[in-house]
Amino acid sequence: MTIRWSRVAIYGALLFFAVLYLMPVYVLVITGLKSFTEVSLDQMWDLPSGLHFASFRDAFDRLNGNMLNSFKMVIPATIISCLLGSINGYILTKWRFPGSDILFFLLLFGMFIPYQSVLIPLVKTLQQLHLYGSLWGLVLTHTIYGIPITTLIFRNYYAGVPTEVVEAAKIDGASIFGIYTRILFPLSLPGFVVVAIWQFTSIWNDFLFAATLTSNPDVQPVTVALNNLAGSFIVEWNVQMAGALIAALPTLIVYILLGRFFMRGLMAGALSSS
Amino acid sequence: MSKGEAAGPRVRGGLPRLDWKRARRFVTSERAIGMGLIVPSLVAVLVFVYGFIGWSALVSVSNWHNVNPDYTFVGLDNFRDLFKNFRFQIDIRNTVAFTVLFVGACLVLGLVLASLLDRYIRGEGIFRSIYLFPMAISFIVTGVAWRWLLAPRAGVNLLASKVGLSGIHYTWYTDSTVVYVHQGSRLADALDAIGLGFLADPNFGVPLAMISVVIAATWQMSGFVMVLYLAGLRAIPKELKEAARVDGASELQVLRHISLPLLRPVTLSAMIILGHQSLKIFDLIVSMTGRGTGFATDVPALFMFESTFRANNFSRGAAVSIVMLVSVSVLVIPYLFWSLRRESRL
Amino acid sequence: MLVRWKLWLPAAILLMVLVGIAVACGGDDEEASPTPTGPTGSPSPLSGKLEIFSWWTTGGEAAGLQKLYQLYPQQCPGDVQIVNSTVAGGGGDVARQVLSSRMQGGDPPGSFQIHMGHELLDSWVASGDMESLKFLFDQQNWANVFPQGVLDIVSKDGQPYSVPVNIHRANVLWYNKKTFTDAGLQPPKTFADFFTVADALKAKGITPLALGDKEAFASVQLLEVTLLGTLGPDAYKGLWTGKTAWGSSQVTDALNTFKRMLSYTNSDHASLTWDQANDMVIKGQAGMTIMGDWVDADNKAKGFTNSGWVPSPSTSGTYDALSDTFGLPKDAPNRDAVICWLKVVGSKAGQEAFNPLKGSICARTDCNKSLFDPYLQSAMDDWSKDSIVPSLAHGAAASPAWAADISDAVTAFVASQDVGALQGRLSTACKDSGVCS
Repeated sequence: MTIRWSRVAIYGALLFFAVLYLMPVYVLVITGLKSFTEVSLDQMWDLPSGLHFASFRDAFDRLNGNMLNSFKMVIPATIISCLLGSINGYILTKWRFPGSDILFFLLLFGMFIPYQSVLIPLVKTLQQLHLYGSLWGLVLTHTIYGIPITTLIFRNYYAGVPTEVVEAAKIDGASIFGIYTRILFPLSLPGFVVVAIWQFTSIWNDFLFAATLTSNPDVQPVTVALNNLAGSFIVEWNVQMAGALIAALPTLIVYILLGRFFMRGLMAGALSSS
Repeated sequence: MSKGEAAGPRVRGGLPRLDWKRARRFVTSERAIGMGLIVPSLVAVLVFVYGFIGWSALVSVSNWHNVNPDYTFVGLDNFRDLFKNFRFQIDIRNTVAFTVLFVGACLVLGLVLASLLDRYIRGEGIFRSIYLFPMAISFIVTGVAWRWLLAPRAGVNLLASKVGLSGIHYTWYTDSTVVYVHQGSRLADALDAIGLGFLADPNFGVPLAMISVVIAATWQMSGFVMVLYLAGLRAIPKELKEAARVDGASELQVLRHISLPLLRPVTLSAMIILGHQSLKIFDLIVSMTGRGTGFATDVPALFMFESTFRANNFSRGAAVSIVMLVSVSVLVIPYLFWSLRRESRL
Repeated sequence: MLVRWKLWLPAAILLMVLVGIAVACGGDDEEASPTPTGPTGSPSPLSGKLEIFSWWTTGGEAAGLQKLYQLYPQQCPGDVQIVNSTVAGGGGDVARQVLSSRMQGGDPPGSFQIHMGHELLDSWVASGDMESLKFLFDQQNWANVFPQGVLDIVSKDGQPYSVPVNIHRANVLWYNKKTFTDAGLQPPKTFADFFTVADALKAKGITPLALGDKEAFASVQLLEVTLLGTLGPDAYKGLWTGKTAWGSSQVTDALNTFKRMLSYTNSDHASLTWDQANDMVIKGQAGMTIMGDWVDADNKAKGFTNSGWVPSPSTSGTYDALSDTFGLPKDAPNRDAVICWLKVVGSKAGQEAFNPLKGSICARTDCNKSLFDPYLQSAMDDWSKDSIVPSLAHGAAASPAWAADISDAVTAFVASQDVGALQGRLSTACKDSGVCS
């Protein structure tokens, strides 16, 4: 078998980058496995003296309630914002009306605002809706601020569906809902995957809204609880890093298992056009 | 059927008479239902985005500098003071440097990884997962990990000395050096000659500490760009590349003349997504470096946060948000208009 | 095929709604139930929820807070349910953001942790959002228990607005006893001593002064103790009342001393937090660190027994104090429960339960010394006789806006080393705050 050196070089480069990308994970894992007295900057690369799973156990005990809260928040918010994005994308591409482009632009712009600047009116508004301090307030917030990006992705995605299909269905007498349920929705799976993965990740990892809009530790999502593990003055680094890994597990699993579908969704046109 | 069409004879000098039949037909038509389906999203965005931004804009032209709200109109005074503030000037410089370096690095690295993977690699799925997984992690955790990795007394410096390269001892994000064109140098004189002499100033330089933050942010987002490019590369018909190769083009030429032009939409999408993230960057800075020595890694979002919630200077914080918003708009709006116009022409 | 799809969408929506209802039923109701408002200190049993907001999330701080919660039902009979709202981060920065958003949004917690002094007085007190606690202080006879210095700091126009639960000291120099013995050095008393010791340590290849200012407060605190040591307590206090001119030559001397001290620190200070700087001292890589007395708790947690301490250079006899306090917001839900909480916080039992765990001393002067470790006992001795000055870095001396301006000026200085610019910015900051003319 002849060795093609170019192939060797390619695999070599890929491996080199893989090591670079995995370095931080190595640090997180081994620090999580150390005891508190072993944790310090100059022993950072040293393997732990033993497998001290205590910090993982400790972190898990303190975080699992909040992980549940995160799930309770992320799942409804993802589902609703995906559906809204899909419907918006459908209307904006297949049922255009004068001003639909401007409408799209107005919807899209919401993605670009700095979220710290809306915290105070947001708290006031949620107060008046009696949603402040509850997970539903977070669900509403994330759903609304997720509309721009989900609409963008679905609009691009549906723009790739030929209008002739829709026109033919209209001629056949299908209603606006019928076309959606019978034609577009079945085609949308790759789009939903991309949007769902994106929304799941960004909502799960959000800290700003979670910290500001919930105050009861029983209600807080895991990002706030993880931050609280660190403490304000003395930081138990081993527990914090163990906690960070645990808190990242759901999103990691989503990416590892669904990464292939993410790719397929992107290839089907979720972000490529426009 | 166009919604705005006036129907029936207009009353001279007054309001047009409404054609009830047509109006009723329209309201129950599919098009109206379609528009109705968008209304919830529109209302939500009108309140939660435009309403709140409007409040922010109002505060930015008010005199609200302590805990008690004070909406006295002061015109553009807050903005004037803001641009004279030495910390904000540094922030602008830092943001420009960070954005250019971050977006550039992600695009390049993403393209390199995508082209490496687009070649029938065994274990492509594994490599792809490795490059993509940092996206699953929050910016806060990324900041903590990279803070350790690039701490001068530990991290990669320590690793380098362990494998024998003991000479390397870079100061990474504690470096307060700013690389800029010095007054009196030849480049400064050249700039002077074309009337751009003011550029020879630290406020137009590159803070070296930012490079560390760029590394962390690129680690996080380059996998996403890689996936975009990979999808884009795979969408290019093979025949085009084959034809070029048959004509004698090298791999690099194929890349440059065929693949890259066809990848332009992907590049633009990536630039928009990365660009607006980098202008708002906050979590990563707070967890990784803080403001840095001499504000080397300070950014507007951090200044806004501290102004509003630590110094209780709400008007200044709002002014920073408006500036951030305007800067994102300047980047994004032309692109959006261009792409929407291009679509309607197609 | 047609029938299937027709049912699919409504079925999906129905499922979503059911999931939503299930989730909502599992969610918490955060509204505090209405409580009967009786006269203050009424013996009627308390009930409802009491939300206490702080940034004490881990370690001794959290343990101390839990002790206070355990004491609460004993001193405040009834079935009050305490909600422990905490947000960590940045030495209270994130908590301040959350608190500010809530107060502006009209949703105050029952009581919240805040530093004594201008951090509270120039913010929520100035805006009229806090109730005066004179009635409580009089009723509990606290004027005879808290030192006058503290009463001055927590009061505005003679009205106290918060109850201090602890006292920390900012002007402490910590050193590694073994390092010093090996080098034959004595802990420094004055600035001159400090520089002599520093040179000796430097000659041995040991970093003289460990500094960790990833969080900006560490350098501000170093400036603060340098000002204190150079000006003395009275002139230092004058800086915050307008009596001492920021442009004076004494201040210039202090700034030059500050610059000189910085030259003896580790070059990577921006990458270390204060506890990582303390690690350097523990490991013998550095000789000294100047930091507040939370270092004591850090040493204990790390099992370090060779720690020595002296007041920071030239500040012997002065106690640079900061304190965590609790107040009474005007629209606090469950007002009676909050007032009882304040009683617990200011009580001897409460402070004796909280402080040994937290690693601070009582604000009261009558706590039982034997409950505390050696450092804290010596701090208690100093507390009863030293002159008390308010800390800048921890919200006691200056309003938040002023402190922020000073912090920005110091950050710029650490890189530029330009004393003139720093002094100019400090003077401007005083004028902008309205205290200097």
